[in-house]
Amino acid sequence: MTDMHPDQAVAYQASGAVSAQPVPRAKPVIPGTRDDGTLIEDPGKRAPLVLGDRSFNDVTNIVCGYAEAPIPKIWLTAFTIASTIAALGTGMILYLLITGVGVWGLNNQVDWAWDITNFVFWIGIGHAGTLISAILCLLKQNWRTAVNRAAEAMTIFAVVCAGIFPGIHVGRVWFAWFLAPVPNSNGIWPNFRSPLLWDVFAVSTYATVSLLFWYMGMIPDMATLRDRAALRRHKGVSRMFAIPMPIGDGLAVPFAPRPDTIRMFIYGALSLGWRFSSRHWHRYEKAYLMLAGISTPLVLSVHSIVSFDFATSIIPGWHTTIFPPYFVAGAVFGGFAMVLLLMIPLRVVLPNFSDLLTKRHLENMAKIILLTGTMVGFAYSMEFFIAWYGGNEYEFSAFANNRVNPAKAPYWWAYWTMITCNVLFPQLFWFRKLRQNPLVIWIVALAVTIGMWFERFVIIVTSIHRAFLPGEWHMFFPTWVDILTFVGSCGIFMTLFLLFLKFLPVFALSELKIVMPQSHTDDHH
Amino acid sequence: MSMLNTITNYAADYFPMLLRKDNPKFVTETGKPVYGIVAEFDETPKVFKAAQKVRDAGYSKWDLHSPFPIHDIEEAMGFKPTKLPLMAGGAAIVGVTIAVLLQWGTSAYLYPTVVQGKPFEAWQPFVPIMFELGVLLTAFMCLFGMLALNGLPRWHHPLFTHDRFARVSNDRFFIVIEACDPSFEPTKVKKLLEEAGGQHITLVADSD
Repeated sequence: MTDMHPDQAVAYQASGAVSAQPVPRAKPVIPGTRDDGTLIEDPGKRAPLVLGDRSFNDVTNIVCGYAEAPIPKIWLTAFTIASTIAALGTGMILYLLITGVGVWGLNNQVDWAWDITNFVFWIGIGHAGTLISAILCLLKQNWRTAVNRAAEAMTIFAVVCAGIFPGIHVGRVWFAWFLAPVPNSNGIWPNFRSPLLWDVFAVSTYATVSLLFWYMGMIPDMATLRDRAALRRHKGVSRMFAIPMPIGDGLAVPFAPRPDTIRMFIYGALSLGWRFSSRHWHRYEKAYLMLAGISTPLVLSVHSIVSFDFATSIIPGWHTTIFPPYFVAGAVFGGFAMVLLLMIPLRVVLPNFSDLLTKRHLENMAKIILLTGTMVGFAYSMEFFIAWYGGNEYEFSAFANNRVNPAKAPYWWAYWTMITCNVLFPQLFWFRKLRQNPLVIWIVALAVTIGMWFERFVIIVTSIHRAFLPGEWHMFFPTWVDILTFVGSCGIFMTLFLLFLKFLPVFALSELKIVMPQSHTDDHH
Repeated sequence: MSMLNTITNYAADYFPMLLRKDNPKFVTETGKPVYGIVAEFDETPKVFKAAQKVRDAGYSKWDLHSPFPIHDIEEAMGFKPTKLPLMAGGAAIVGVTIAVLLQWGTSAYLYPTVVQGKPFEAWQPFVPIMFELGVLLTAFMCLFGMLALNGLPRWHHPLFTHDRFARVSNDRFFIVIEACDPSFEPTKVKKLLEEAGGQHITLVADSD
């Protein structure tokens, strides 16, 4: 490759003809060893954020290489499974629309159950992305650059899943437009004093702002993908369009446009003609900082407003002032767990990514899980304490007899699953060895995700399944439609996430380059 | 004034026939007008020092292209802070105003409806939506205001015809001094860029 024109060499690298790890690492890390050199405890030393003495070109190749490579078999398998589940979920929603909410297990007493549980679960997961991009950006936590893009994508897909449930739970979905701030045919406006309407504004604002934030971050990176595709086409090293096959190579289609042609147009259109001008970067950085500044209170407001849906009602178990901070802490907790749940397998499947997403990143996120898990644990105990200390017998009964006491509460198992998963599991992270082990982190993240779903189930169902009179006591039993709708929403989430992994820049390239030592303007670094 | 320029340039991209153009001062060998002279750099410290040199030489119509925003480049290139925060602040005020009118107007004056006996004029329940709409409009202004000030979207640009420029999105830095700069003089510009350590110094033609 030495006698090749430099442009030609770059084009070949970009074409995937050269392996995705183009330069052997100067300081190789032996796979399987526990320490990758980022777990330094010396406060005088900064852990490197990008490993292996990578150049800018290497980082570009690693991140873009996966988006440009032929579709891997493992991706195709995962995508087939995820999209099948998503189709199943869509089928369940159609069945609900055609038949009515009677297909769910709701009854007169428990009129919110899995639908709203799933809504709060997904919207909570959607908080980590904006937290990482906004709050950690304002706090100058540079390690966020490795995870922010994937976390933001996850946020948007989680909000998509969350948005489905309030839309379909209203029963007659053709009246869902009543949620919009327009008068109905009798000239009556929606009730702006209701937290349910605040929720509509909060969630839709959050979805829009997250989307803008995500898209704005991707503009320069999509410009990189555009330039690489154009370069390959110019140098004549573009691959043919091939239909991926389950076994063997893809089936080349001779007269179809080459993937690079399609890429050039799509990434070209989406990157809006970004040309990396410093004058543009200056405004871009200012806009990014302002978006981070307004997203910080926004992310805190969204789950607070979601908690108002419950806290402003006068149902024992819901009517508590601790709900807003408790919900926000829980959202951050569940969101980070989902980020870890998705990113740790990614480090295994795409080994080059572990140079960008180091163990230090995982450890930092594990510490946030520990912090927020402890906050959630404090909220659980404080809620219980106030239920007793407040002297309201209905409030106390909602906790003691509906949730905690196995002898009296039919949902005791849900409550104790929640406590085990959310309060006990994260305590493992007090031990350094455990919070530095990706497998342990992944298991805890899985437990937390399950626990956070149960938290919402406990809050919603155990509070309303027993009203003030014993004659109004009903159990809730999910139907198969309830279950498959939730499973289907997980499929929708995974389908969207897999599409993101394959076709968009998974790491924020320009931000990763800023945290590399080569980006410093002084010679001695 | 710069705002007006931005709008004019933006319009000119889409409606070039509306704009009267002076004859270009410099043309290439093929008779095309010159866009500017481009120099390539391979390391951040080098391009940073070069930017300071170009700034000190007194050019105004020039730019530095880099794969990532370089720290403190505003000072090295000597440009004024952007007006974007002011615009975003304006958008926030508009958003809050819309929320106030929408909620107070409908719930307290136009269509007052008794719901759970709550007072019509109480301001407290209107705070969440005031906040949300304020944030929403600010966010729109952040993205679209930034794009408008940058003159984007603009899918064609003379620099894209420069063969080596594609690497700006990977690992190369470019300084371009435009021909519309009042003190543009090809030989001087070339010399300056050479002294500043630029490589592959090339004349780039305007695209039309």
